[in-house]
Amino acid sequence: MGVFLILFAVIFAAGCVTADQQEPTQLKIATTTSLYDTGLLDAVQDYYLEKFNVDLLITSQGTGKAIASAKNGDVDVLLVHSPAQEAAFIDEGYGIDHRGIAYNYFVIVGPAADPAGIAGMTPEEGVAKLKELGEAGTSGIVFISRGDNSGTHSAEKTIWKSAGFNYTAQITGSGPWYKETGAGMGDSLTTAGQLGAYILTDEATYLAYKKNNNLPLEIIISEGTTLLNRYTVMTINPEKFPNTNVADAAAFTNWLISADGQNFIGSFGVETYGKALFTPMSTLKDSTLPPFNIDSKTPVVASSA
Amino acid sequence: MGEISDGFIEAVTLIVTLDPEILEIAGRSMYVSVAATLVAALIAIPLGALIYYYDFHGKRAVINIVQTLYALPTVIVGLLVYLLVSYSGPLGSLNLLYTTNAMIIAQVILVSPLIVGFTIAGLSGLDKEMKYTTLALNARAYRAILTLVREAKFAILSAVVLAFGRAIAEVGAVMMVGGNIRHFTRTLTTAITLNTSMGDFAMSIALGIILLTIALIVNLGVNVLQHYNGRMKDE
Repeated sequence: MGVFLILFAVIFAAGCVTADQQEPTQLKIATTTSLYDTGLLDAVQDYYLEKFNVDLLITSQGTGKAIASAKNGDVDVLLVHSPAQEAAFIDEGYGIDHRGIAYNYFVIVGPAADPAGIAGMTPEEGVAKLKELGEAGTSGIVFISRGDNSGTHSAEKTIWKSAGFNYTAQITGSGPWYKETGAGMGDSLTTAGQLGAYILTDEATYLAYKKNNNLPLEIIISEGTTLLNRYTVMTINPEKFPNTNVADAAAFTNWLISADGQNFIGSFGVETYGKALFTPMSTLKDSTLPPFNIDSKTPVVASSA
Repeated sequence: MGEISDGFIEAVTLIVTLDPEILEIAGRSMYVSVAATLVAALIAIPLGALIYYYDFHGKRAVINIVQTLYALPTVIVGLLVYLLVSYSGPLGSLNLLYTTNAMIIAQVILVSPLIVGFTIAGLSGLDKEMKYTTLALNARAYRAILTLVREAKFAILSAVVLAFGRAIAEVGAVMMVGGNIRHFTRTLTTAITLNTSMGDFAMSIALGIILLTIALIVNLGVNVLQHYNGRMKDE
């Protein structure tokens, strides 16, 4: 009993002490779950505090919530991977200093036996085949969609569009072969594993689930320009929200695209996943060309509003 | 199934080695939930007693509303508090978003109805004579209420323990207003959500075990208190 009480007291004291810790300046960052869940940003947080005495307050709650809180002026920086939503955000005047930091590729994973026989196809051919077989009622053909307007869901919609389909009219709700989970990447992968279904996923979450939970899915399609997964950073426009910490935001953006930051990103993941999870944008000759379409070199200047 | 046994092993390892990050998270969970429960108790016990003590028009309706609020969804509480404390919200200038204070506010709102309702129920369970005797003694209202609350203290204490349980176990509200920020607002429940979405199921189970251990300790503490109090009264 006494031991418990002591432990209890220690835990409570720890809570009181850590409740508020000041000194370093704070930069608030909203990001998406699939990026945060890799652990990259935890590593960046530790490194950045040590090196620059800036606390990165990183909250990851899904693309929709991340963008909503950025639009309410709750954060200083947005780190996301959804080109269409980023463009809209900037067009509406909420974002400035948009820079590319890294990229990797989504993959389509499915049962090892590949019952639809789509291995080696382009993503467009693959999903078209899945739709055809699924609508014909072929047993064992199921596609799982996030269905949650996340960056990954947006990427999936881009593939359907590029394959010549109208997502709302022809895909969503088109039959029992197409199931939307409305859940995060991990939960959706678990569902796909249980159902022996195909699913579009970022590689990091897939590798983590494969390693920790024996996820019974293999990579079926991994090549195609529509599988590009581009990560970018932007600062919340101080003209909209004067509380934006523009100085630290600019410094953070410049660190991300600096040689040091790009190295940090490019070497992350080898230890945990056996391979680097992100390719730094700086490895590209010119990232402003398609399909990347983003400046990743020009340092930003902290604007004062 | 392997995850569950791995979770137990991981939980024991984390506790025995006093893993600093886990200790910090467990401490924050405790701090937020204990603070929220205490604040809620300070507001809700007197409120419940007042509602019980005074007869007024619409009393039944008030009690019904309080009982309905037991079912408040945690995410809705989180969303309401978020909209209040967001930079664009009415309390935006206080800079409460993504702080433990915002989490405490959300949990106070979440658990107060429980304590109000169970205080009323506990007092109603007392011998009706009690209420009339205190009234007849012409005692000042606050004295009378204090006497009644003291008589119903075990029922009210149970309500407080229940409120603590709801507070420390909930994830929706603290996730929404705290943001699950590492080293700042991460609690056991938001860490469980995070580790589950990262695919580390064993870690999630381990954190769940630690959370239940804390709840067990709190309950044991309350039991000891009750036992001690009960003996004092008998002598």
